[in-house]
Amino acid sequence: MKPAPFAYHAPTSIDEAVGLLATWGPQDGRVLAGGQSLIPTMAFRVARPAHLIDINGIAELAQLRVDGSVLTIGACVRHAAFESNTVPGPTGALLRNVVRHIAHYPIRTRGTFCGSIAHADPASEWCCVMAALDGVAVLRSRRGERVLRAEDFFQGVMTTALEEDELLVAAKLPLLAAGTRTGFAEFSRRKGDFAIAMAAVCYRVEQRVMAEPRVAIGGAEARARRVPEAERALSGRAPDANVFATAGAAAAAAIDPLEDINNTTAYRRSLVRTLVERALEGAR
Amino acid sequence: MTERRAITLSINGTQYNVTVEPRRTLVDVIRDDCGQTGTHIGCEHGVCGACTVLIDGEPVRACLMFAVQADGRSIRTVEGLQQGDKLHPLQQAFMRHHALQCGFCTPGFLMLAVGALEKRPDLDDEELVDLLSANLCRCTGYENIIKAVRAAAADMKA
Repeated sequence: MKPAPFAYHAPTSIDEAVGLLATWGPQDGRVLAGGQSLIPTMAFRVARPAHLIDINGIAELAQLRVDGSVLTIGACVRHAAFESNTVPGPTGALLRNVVRHIAHYPIRTRGTFCGSIAHADPASEWCCVMAALDGVAVLRSRRGERVLRAEDFFQGVMTTALEEDELLVAAKLPLLAAGTRTGFAEFSRRKGDFAIAMAAVCYRVEQRVMAEPRVAIGGAEARARRVPEAERALSGRAPDANVFATAGAAAAAAIDPLEDINNTTAYRRSLVRTLVERALEGAR
Repeated sequence: MTERRAITLSINGTQYNVTVEPRRTLVDVIRDDCGQTGTHIGCEHGVCGACTVLIDGEPVRACLMFAVQADGRSIRTVEGLQQGDKLHPLQQAFMRHHALQCGFCTPGFLMLAVGALEKRPDLDDEELVDLLSANLCRCTGYENIIKAVRAAAADMKA
C-alpha cells in the first residue's frame, strides 16, 4: 500500500527542527530519520502522521564522536557506521558484533541507531546495548535539553519518555575500559528477522574473577533492561561454564516474558537462559 | 505543505526534473515519473528487496525512502549496469549460472550485489550468503544466485 498524505518539512538545523516539532509535534507530527520502521508502518497505514519532519538534512546530526571515554552517536548515524572500525576498544567490538544482527545490509545503510532507540521496539538490538552499558539519550526541545538514562528513557513496548515536541538528538555510550570482555547473542527464526530474545553482556577479569559484570536482556520483556540477579551470579566468581549457567538460570527466573502467538513465556525464559550463557561464553 | 514538490533525480547519470507529492516512494517515482521500470516493486514494506537501488553507491530499499529525500542524490538502477552492448560482469554471471528463473527479483539482487562488491570486493562465502539473505526470490533459486555472485566477484577482481 501507499502512505497517506502528509506535510513534509526538511529543516537544516537542530533549532529549526525543534521549532517545527514545537508547532507540529502536538498536531500528529513525527520525526523522520532512517525511516526503516516508520515508512513500512505508514505503507500499512498503521501510522498516518499529518507532518513529517525529516532530519536527514541536518549535518550536525550525522556525527559519530569520541570524547574521552564517551561515544556520542548523532541522530542520523546509520547502523552501517558500526560495521567498520570506527569505534575503538571493547565498546567498538560490542557494536561491531551486534550490528550484523540488525535486519539486512540495505536496511542498515539507512536505519539509524537513535531511530531504533526512539522507536523502542522490544526486539531492538540497540535498545539492549543502551540498557547494558547504561547509555543516555539526549533530548532537545524549545524548552531546553534533557539527558535521560536508558533505564528512564525506555518505558515499555514502543514507548519512551520522549515528549511530542522533543527531538532525540544523540545517544551516548561509555567507552568501556581496555580489557573489558563483551558478548552478544540473539535468536530469531530467520536471518535478519525480529529477535525473540537477546542478551548483551560484559565484564572485566580482575585477579581471575569477574568484576563489574553487566547482563542485559532484550526482546523477551516489554523493554530492554539489565538483570541484577544474573549480574550477582557472576560478580566475584571466575568465568567458567558453571557460573555462566547459573547466571543464565538467574536471568530466566528473574524476567517477566512477553507472550505472543508463537512464543510462550516458558519458551522465552528457556531462550533467555541459553542466550545469556552463549553471550557469556562468546565474550571476548 | 502536502502539495507537490519539484525535485531532480539523477538516475544513471540522467537528470529527471519531476514534481511529486511527498508521500510518493522513491521506487514509484523512478518507475512512474521517470519511466525507469527495471526496478521492481514487490512488497512495498522493505521485506523483499526487489526495489533495491544504489544511492550514492549504497544499496537501499527504494520503497523505504520518499522520492523527495533523494532530491539531488545520485541513483543507480539496473538500467545503468550495462555499458553499451556489454553486460555488467554480474549480469553475465547471472546468465551463465542460471541465477534467474522468473526474473522478478533479479534487478534487486543485481543492485544489492553490485553495491556490496564495489565496496568490498573480497567478501568471503559466509559474508556473501549473509548479504544475499537481504532479498527474497520466490522461485527459491538462491543456490544459483549465490554461485553467480561468487563468480562475478572473482571476475570483477580479475
